[in-house]
Amino acid sequence: MSKPILDAKIPPGPLAHKWTSYKATSKLVNPANKRRYEIIVVGSGLAGGSAAAVFGEQGYNVKCFCYQDSPRRAHSIAAQGGINAAKNYQNDGDSVARLFHDTIKGGDFRSREANVYRLAEVSNSIIDQCVAQGVPFAREYGGMLANRSFGGAQVSRTFYARGQTGQQLLLGVYSELSRQIAAGTVKMHPRTEMLDLVIVDGHAKGIVVRDMVTGEIASHAADAVVLATGGYGNAFYLSTNAAGCNVTATYRAYRRGALFANPCYTQIHPTCIPVSGSYQSKLTLMSESLRNDGRVWVPKKKEDCGKNPADIPEEARDYYLERKYPSYGNLAPRDISSRSAKEVCDEGRGVGPGGLGVYMDFSDAINRLGEATIRERYGNLFEMYENITGENAYKTPMRIFPAVHYTMGGLWVDYGLMSNVPGLFVIGEANFSDHGANRLGASALMQGLADGYFVLPYTIGNYLAPLRGTRPDVGRPEFKQTEAEVRDRIQRLLSVKGDRTVDSFHREIGLLLWDACGMARTKEGLEKAIKRFDEIREEFWKNVRVAGDNEELNQSLEKAGRVADFIDFGQLMCRDALNRNESCGGHFRSEYQTPEGEAQRNDDDYFYVAAWQHTGDGNVPEMIKEPLHYETVQLATRSYK
Amino acid sequence: MNFHLKVWRQENGQSGGQFRDYEARDIPAEASFLEMLDIVNEGLVLRGEEPVAFDHDCREGICGMCSLTINGIPHGKGRGTTCQLYMRKFSDGDTIYIEPFRVGAFPVVKDLVVNRTAFDRIISAGGFISERCGAAQDANDTPIGKTVADYAMDAAACIGCGACAAACPNGSAMLFVAGKVGHLGLLPQGKPEAGRRVRGMVAKMDDEGFGNCSNFYECEAVCPAGVPAAFIAKMNRDYAMASVSNAVEATA
Repeated sequence: MSKPILDAKIPPGPLAHKWTSYKATSKLVNPANKRRYEIIVVGSGLAGGSAAAVFGEQGYNVKCFCYQDSPRRAHSIAAQGGINAAKNYQNDGDSVARLFHDTIKGGDFRSREANVYRLAEVSNSIIDQCVAQGVPFAREYGGMLANRSFGGAQVSRTFYARGQTGQQLLLGVYSELSRQIAAGTVKMHPRTEMLDLVIVDGHAKGIVVRDMVTGEIASHAADAVVLATGGYGNAFYLSTNAAGCNVTATYRAYRRGALFANPCYTQIHPTCIPVSGSYQSKLTLMSESLRNDGRVWVPKKKEDCGKNPADIPEEARDYYLERKYPSYGNLAPRDISSRSAKEVCDEGRGVGPGGLGVYMDFSDAINRLGEATIRERYGNLFEMYENITGENAYKTPMRIFPAVHYTMGGLWVDYGLMSNVPGLFVIGEANFSDHGANRLGASALMQGLADGYFVLPYTIGNYLAPLRGTRPDVGRPEFKQTEAEVRDRIQRLLSVKGDRTVDSFHREIGLLLWDACGMARTKEGLEKAIKRFDEIREEFWKNVRVAGDNEELNQSLEKAGRVADFIDFGQLMCRDALNRNESCGGHFRSEYQTPEGEAQRNDDDYFYVAAWQHTGDGNVPEMIKEPLHYETVQLATRSYK
Repeated sequence: MNFHLKVWRQENGQSGGQFRDYEARDIPAEASFLEMLDIVNEGLVLRGEEPVAFDHDCREGICGMCSLTINGIPHGKGRGTTCQLYMRKFSDGDTIYIEPFRVGAFPVVKDLVVNRTAFDRIISAGGFISERCGAAQDANDTPIGKTVADYAMDAAACIGCGACAAACPNGSAMLFVAGKVGHLGLLPQGKPEAGRRVRGMVAKMDDEGFGNCSNFYECEAVCPAGVPAAFIAKMNRDYAMASVSNAVEATA
């Protein structure tokens, strides 16, 4: 396999003019010709749903696929806190330049400058678009939009709809998509899972899917394939992701030649409900917006940890975020807040079962603003917390602990969001480009909608315009061959008939990754884990038990295919983490820290994107570098003190 | 904790179904209802039996995918989705009946899984604001009073799970439809096509075979998102107005 050359195709000119000039020189597809093109969009969340809707609106024929029973259930729906934009409605000094800078800094200087600038630039149009389609954002009495502040920012630029911002944005997208479905431009395929990518003459020209109700394996051909399949947080088994979230679409594309960039960049969210037992299937996030009013603390002395928090006097509490980061305090970025929580728990000062928890206390805010105000801001979150833990957070502090939440890594894409495989576009959480080594709060929704509404609809024309109806037919041997491979793999999974359930393997790799590739990573731990993955893979294919047959709704089979990919992919995460001999953002290598315990970046040797190339199953993948170039940003040590 | 489960098993949409008995043993009180089913399913797989199929995804009460009727109540007792129901709400030794949502317009796919695409088709019949991406004015150009915005949000909170229809003796989807009609119709940007919207959505709802509303309000009682049944009254008013104005426009 030849080594691809990684050209990000960043347009020339000053940073602030790049996107404008790119758009002005992009190729256009004649409106009358658009209907001759087919575009496949896999995933119906904020990125995929919005892209599919806009393509439909522009006149393309679109096929959109999702594994849920309806596009309205994509996991974007679970985002609670909000969406950033540089509107500066609060007159507090915000601007495109500041949102750009906060995002680059938040990502610990490991994202691509031009992409991030464009993201900040289109952020304002997203809010306009959402309001126009009826998203009921929070408002002030005068009728203007309300804002709140979020971690990693010193301005209030986050727009929100109670604690259900992701839901409302997704329902906005879903309504646009539904309009296009009614118009006949988008054909929706729910309960359909993409199991492979089809490459014809080096270009991505289709996918092979499984109908999750009947088990039918089918091919779909298109002029371009867009993956909007989200992140891979479920590699850890326990995460804030939905149970169905998986890496299969992007991992299968990687096996077909797409490069996977920075897979070790994962985000551990600081404010989740702590783990309570091994039967647990998921971790529930408590929105980071709570950190606006909640003060995080643990007892100063280990002996106090078992006490009722109400009996611990003020002077015996350690508000460690306020102590260590006085200017950002409880709003320090996610990676820093999570690691600080881990540190105090490692010191034995954690609270709750197993000592794996810290307090988030609202008593000051309730005294200052009244319970009614707090209820209005976070009522549904407090209710959710009480439902899960049986505790009333208006009366006693919440217990929180970090949990896997978001994955910054993803398939490598150029400035136009196309992967190194021509015709394969990757948007939203599934790509790698905008968040560097750590994502700031309220930026994921922004990126998903930016890619789908305002970026890809412009950039895809550059690929499509010269094609003019060269779409291959699904009768071609490439489709038949890929279908046969998919069927064969399913048959192999069903025929093992071993003694261990799919979930037991998933739990095992989850724990392995959490220990070796979680909040703190070491060379030794990663090397061990890489070996361990080989053993687990071997056992999986010898000893997994998958119930039922292919020709039916079979949730055991669905999970088995996903977990098999997580096993292979988890090993790739560890390889990437081992390669990166520095600490940055969500990637913390214990060997590389400052005397104060902060992340120690190494810009001389690691100021690049690590993009991994598949070299055949069982082989060690090859790493290809995309060096980063910053034209305006000065590399600096991230400080939130 | 231990429970006796009576679970609806049905091979597919064409076959019949029946309740089957299962024992759920050593279930932690902190487990959620779906985690209890996970534990039972792991046991079934290891014994070589077919696990129980049920829909679920986010497991945090927002995606609307879970759809179990537990002891006759959609999503079980207490407010919230099935995934937000915890075993500590039950007593040790309880017998628990688990069925799919029972609505004519939601055919059973397998076991506890139903087909709710009728809801998607209702939304496609008008549950949107026709607005071209890129054509929007500045978001603050049209002030929207906080009271109106909050009320629209109350309706918009619907998660589309279908419990309303499953709880209704008539199998009516009025609360679901009224939520979307209310949400978009209250906002200034949704007013230009409010009449078209309510007529289109109601016609589609009837077409899909959902029943009518006769004011039982079971829907409101089980709605995990707390969408008030008052929106049904509002929709009836909007529908009457829209029908009249449509008739007048047609003859004008």
